[in-house]
Amino acid sequence: MSAFQPGDRVQVKDDWPERRGRCHIRTPHYLRGRSGTVERVLGSFPNPEDLAFARPAPARPLYHILFDQPPIWSEGEAGDSLLVEIFEHWLEPASPTPSASKEAA
Amino acid sequence: MSAPARPESLALLEKLITALKAKGLVSEAEIAARQASTDRASPEIGARMVAKAWLDPAWRQFMVANGAAAAEQMGVSMAGAPPLGILEDTPSLHHLVVCTLCSCYPRAVLGYPPHWYKSFEYRSRAVREPRAVLAEWGTSVPAGVQLRVIDSTADYRWMVLPLRPEGTEGWTEEQLAALVTRDVLVGVALPRLPVAMAAE
Repeated sequence: MSAFQPGDRVQVKDDWPERRGRCHIRTPHYLRGRSGTVERVLGSFPNPEDLAFARPAPARPLYHILFDQPPIWSEGEAGDSLLVEIFEHWLEPASPTPSASKEAA
Repeated sequence: MSAPARPESLALLEKLITALKAKGLVSEAEIAARQASTDRASPEIGARMVAKAWLDPAWRQFMVANGAAAAEQMGVSMAGAPPLGILEDTPSLHHLVVCTLCSCYPRAVLGYPPHWYKSFEYRSRAVREPRAVLAEWGTSVPAGVQLRVIDSTADYRWMVLPLRPEGTEGWTEEQLAALVTRDVLVGVALPRLPVAMAAE
């Protein structure tokens, strides 16, 4: 079962496991702390963060998340977007005001 | 004179295969089958899928819903391959595929990725200034058409289903497929009529 549904506003965790030691993550750095919308649920796949180290890898829900492109880079054309596969354990419900949590961090 | 020494990597590969066989994880037949399907894979498969989708609305619907099943119907073995997603262009939306983390690419239906797809430049710029990247390809996305960049970061692989160009009414599947190049299937180019025909 997936925690989020198409249309839900979500935020990618502003987490940096690479600062804590060896890891393998499939969440691009430029999206950490960014908010987007669930486009579709893609199914569940073994967690690559475990697979990479030959650990037992429980299946985790994977989503296609749609982000507005210009706010991420402070440039670009209005209406352009990024669509990215993000695992559920990297997502949380979006805070009410966009980017508020990023400023508070 | 003695023969040149065998590369160490080859000896290592043989040891690995022997160990995998001993554990029952892989068989000689499976390796041969995978090699054969890798050799067969080329953008022509993706191009045929697109041409068929332009001609047959039922096939388009089937392919968009399940890209892997559609590839299987084209004779591609998708066993062990990641699921295949189809990105449907519309008159107001164009898709571009990149993998910023490595070089994820729909190999089952497009074959090996080109060098530029794996380059640091393409991977870093495609998500940040996609319109500038496309302009360098000579591809202009008209104003009013939104650009959607797919960062292929995890377990799916993605292929673009572009718009059928105007002026191709009555064309056969083969004629249409010839317009769909590898670059078109990733979204860095749009299908274009041969210059001579477009001028007519």
